[in-house]
Formats: sequence, structure tokens, C-alpha cells
Amino acid sequence: MSILVRHATRRFGNFTALDDVSVEIPSGSLTALLGPSGSGKSTLLRVIAGLERPDAGTVEIDGRDATGLPPQRRGVGFVFQHYAAFKHMTVRENVAFGLKVARRPKAEIRARVEELLELVQLPGLAERYPSQLSGGQRQRMALARSLAVQPSVLLLDEPFGALDARVRKELRAWLRHLHDEVHVTTVFVTHDQEEAMEVADRIVVMNHGQVEQVGGPRDLYEHPENAFVMGFVGPVTRLGELFIRPHDVELRLEPNGTTSEAMVERLVHLGFEVRADLVLHDGQRLQAQLSREEAEALELHQGQIVFVRPSRTRQFAS
Amino acid sequence: MRSRGGRYPLRVLALGYLGAVLLVPVGAVIWRAFGDGVAPVWQAITTPDALHAFWLSLLIAAIAVPLNTLFGVACAVVLVRHRFPGRRLLDAVIDLPFAISPVVIGLALILVYGQAGWMGGWLAERGIQVIFSLPGMVMATVFVSLPYVVREVAPVLREVGTEQEEAAWTLGASPLRSFLQVTLPAIRWGVAYGVVLTTARALGEFGAVTIVSGRLAGQTETLTLYVENRFEAFDLTGAYAASLTLAVLALLVLLAMTRLQRKEGH
Repeated sequence: MSILVRHATRRFGNFTALDDVSVEIPSGSLTALLGPSGSGKSTLLRVIAGLERPDAGTVEIDGRDATGLPPQRRGVGFVFQHYAAFKHMTVRENVAFGLKVARRPKAEIRARVEELLELVQLPGLAERYPSQLSGGQRQRMALARSLAVQPSVLLLDEPFGALDARVRKELRAWLRHLHDEVHVTTVFVTHDQEEAMEVADRIVVMNHGQVEQVGGPRDLYEHPENAFVMGFVGPVTRLGELFIRPHDVELRLEPNGTTSEAMVERLVHLGFEVRADLVLHDGQRLQAQLSREEAEALELHQGQIVFVRPSRTRQFAS
Repeated sequence: MRSRGGRYPLRVLALGYLGAVLLVPVGAVIWRAFGDGVAPVWQAITTPDALHAFWLSLLIAAIAVPLNTLFGVACAVVLVRHRFPGRRLLDAVIDLPFAISPVVIGLALILVYGQAGWMGGWLAERGIQVIFSLPGMVMATVFVSLPYVVREVAPVLREVGTEQEEAAWTLGASPLRSFLQVTLPAIRWGVAYGVVLTTARALGEFGAVTIVSGRLAGQTETLTLYVENRFEAFDLTGAYAASLTLAVLALLVLLAMTRLQRKEGH
């Protein structure tokens, strides 16, 4: 179900967490709210859920004005960074909670809980308590709990933020997979551009309580509308007014009239790729990214003098 | 790391201190009570006045403890979850019974509810006697044991946070249901601990109740007052026997507390 936020503003004392934000989230999409901490992304998610009231603006869920509705009546599932597991209840009781509130028949609850535990790959753990689960398992339980009531919208607030790197990577792929299976409109908050790029099909980039740009992962990377988005969705070097991605830097051993002289300060081998940290003759620094083959062909080594030319640059009106 | 050698003197000091101020005197009470065997003790604690005192103490605790539990939990929620002007003042006022001597509390109650007090006359006209009767004694006990539940529950509530409650809301549960089924179980050990401390304090209260009760034997005499009454009447066996009853009650409360602590550790 689609979500439409119009002119939402939320202040906490002197701090403006949301500054006249309007955003549309299409039905069935998997959208990331991406931004640095304090950018207002979590507040926007909480406003959609009804856990936070906007000072101004409206929220529409599935074409229905939800601005005045309490979270109980919005049909949203919410997953918290720190799981918010009901610690005194078993996994089964946690997942069944929403169904019990909705007074579903016992047999149906039982069947639905089994089905959901299967879906989140926790079968056989129904009688455990959250304290007996790993972080990744707890988060999957929380997800099953939120999906139990068949929400029209699933909202996740930094869902993998408290997990270690390996589990985080696993769960990302798994969330993408789950969305392809369940198709519920999903919005998740993250400050990790790689996570947003990998999982989402649409990304809303936020900064200082405002939306900077909305688009697909490739779109944002290839056509950033401003310096902030350019810098936030990928590595970038700035030379004066010009913004250059490391893979858009050309390296040669001989000057050709359009190149500038630079010294290789450091070489970093990242498996398939090699990153060269360069210092230009005027002292400015530049990063270049090459494939291993390219680096070998040039016989790059530390301290070497090379000639560089950006093959592609961008400039933004300030 | 502290050296192992330093541990033993510290342990001896701690246990020695406990022994000197706690264990030896309490042990002495038990020793003295049974000085002439079990029969006199049994006789002493089954006199009508002693029995009345025993039940009166339990009755007062049975009224004061639930009141303070309800008030304490509500107050902790307000202090932790709500933001309003005067919150800090309320926070400070709750500790007043810790700071003020119970005797002063007793006198203050007489000032307000006594025959010549601000409200005493008005209440007396309607046949309600507060001072020198049960209501006054309950009020005094409620007053002195008021902070325990609040002070035990508030930090637990703060630590539990709001996320579990919010999760319950998004799952359709009303605020009341979320509180009863999600928040209350999460803070239950804090509540239980507060109840135990409140009970112990209520049973042991002496100062404030002395003032407001009028100390009428067989009528407004609690167990603590009865002990003093017997002591002043040179009935040492009676005094020690009643003390023993109090000590046993306290011990039961303590036992409940350690059991709770063990569960909490689980």
C-alpha cells in the first residue's frame, strides 16, 4: 500500500528533525531512508508509524488520511533496531501477540505462528525465550511478530544496526529475498549507503531534516543532484569545484597535454581492485580506483610519478 | 586487580560489623525470649492484647502496601515517562518521608486531622475519627513507607525503555493492554522488591504510629507499640516474645526478598 507524506515538520525543542518533508512511497516497493545521524530519517519513519506526531503536515496510507490515527489503527508493522522483544514471552508468544490482540481463533494463531517461523527460518525455536536467541534470530523473530498481523506497510528502523558485520550482510540479502516473497510495502532506515544500495529499489536520501534526492540506487550514483548526495552514496574526491569518483580517474605513465603530474602516495590492494592515493603537484589529494590488471600493466608502486586526468567530473551549483 | 591478601581482612571487617550491630542483638532477643523455655513465650504471644496487636499490624500493612504499590507504580510512570513543569519538585517530594523523622510525620497528621486540626473537626462532625484510630495509623504507615515502590520501579522503568510498549501499540494493543501485558511484566521484579521493602517498613513502623494511635492496648496498639508497652511494664518475657514475632515476620519478608533476587538473576 502506498504511503504519502506531505509537508511534515517535527521539532524537538530547538532541533528541527523534519523540515517540511514530502515523500511518496509506491505500493509494494522496498524503500530505504538513507542519511547521516540526525538527518530525520528515523523521525520520518516514526511519523509514518504514528509513534511520533508531526507538528505540521499529513500522512496518507493507502489513500486514507492517517495523520490523526494512533499506531494501533494504521496497519503498520514496526521493527526496532534493538528488537524490542517481549523478554518474558517465548518466541511463539511474541509472534502470536498481535493475533491475540486481534482475537483470532486459537487454531488459526497456532498455524500462522508456525508458518511465520518457517518464513523467518526459526522453526523449532518457538518455545525459546528471546534471551536464548542470537541477535540475528531475535531480529527475525521481531520481523515475524510484525508480519503476523498482516500489516499493509512494514517499517524497519535501522534493523541491522545492532548486529555484527557478517550477520548484517546475511540479513540484508534475506530481507531482499523476503520482500520478493511477501511484497508488502517496506520502508527501512539506514545510514549505510551500501546497505541501501544492496537492499532497496528506491532510496530517499535525507540530510538536515530534508529530502535531498529520491531515486533508484543506480540513478543516485550516476546522477546525483547535489554535492551531498554525490558524497553520501559513494566515494568522491573534490578538486576545487569538481567532484570526481575514484573510478573516473585515468592514470598514464607519460603526459599527454591534458594530464597533471601526481605522485603515488599509497597503494591499497582490495582484492580485485587497487586504490591509489595520489598527491598532485599543488598538494591536493586525489583517489584513483583501478582494476588489478590495470595497476599491474602500469607497474604502479609507491613514490612513483604518474600523470592523471579525470575522465568524468561533475559540478554542482552551490 | 586487588591482591588476594587484602580480601580477608575486608571480609572479616564487613562480617564483624554486621555481627556487632545486627546479628548479635537479634540473636540475643531470641536467646532472651526463650530463657525460661517455650511455654512462657507461647503464653506471652497469645494473650488477647498481643494477638490483637499482631493482627492490627498485619491489617495496617495489608491496607498500606497495596495503596503504596498502586501509587508507587503510577508515580514512577509519571516521573519517568512524562515531561511537565514541576516534575523535579515531585521527584524531590517523594523522598520527603526518607528525610523527615517519623515523629514529625505523626505530629503533622495530628495537626491536620486531630480534633482541633484543619480537617479533623469537619471529619468528626461526620463521624469519622482519624486520629487515635485505624485511619490515622494507616495514613501514618502509608506516609513513612511511600517512597520504596517508586524508588525501586523508576530506574527499572527507565532501563526497560519505551520500545517494547511501542511495538505492542503497532501490533494493535491499547495503551492499557500494552502496559499490563508488556511493561508490567518487564518491571515486575522492581515492583516486587518495592513491595517487600514497603511491607518490611510498614510492619516495623513505630514513631509516626506512636503519635497518632493514642496507644490504647487492645485497640490501637500495633506489634511494635505492644513491645514497648510490655518493656515499660517490666514484662520482659512479653516484650522479648513480641519482638521475636516481629523478627520472624521481618525474616519472612527478607526470605521473600532473597528468593526474588535469585529469580531476577535468572
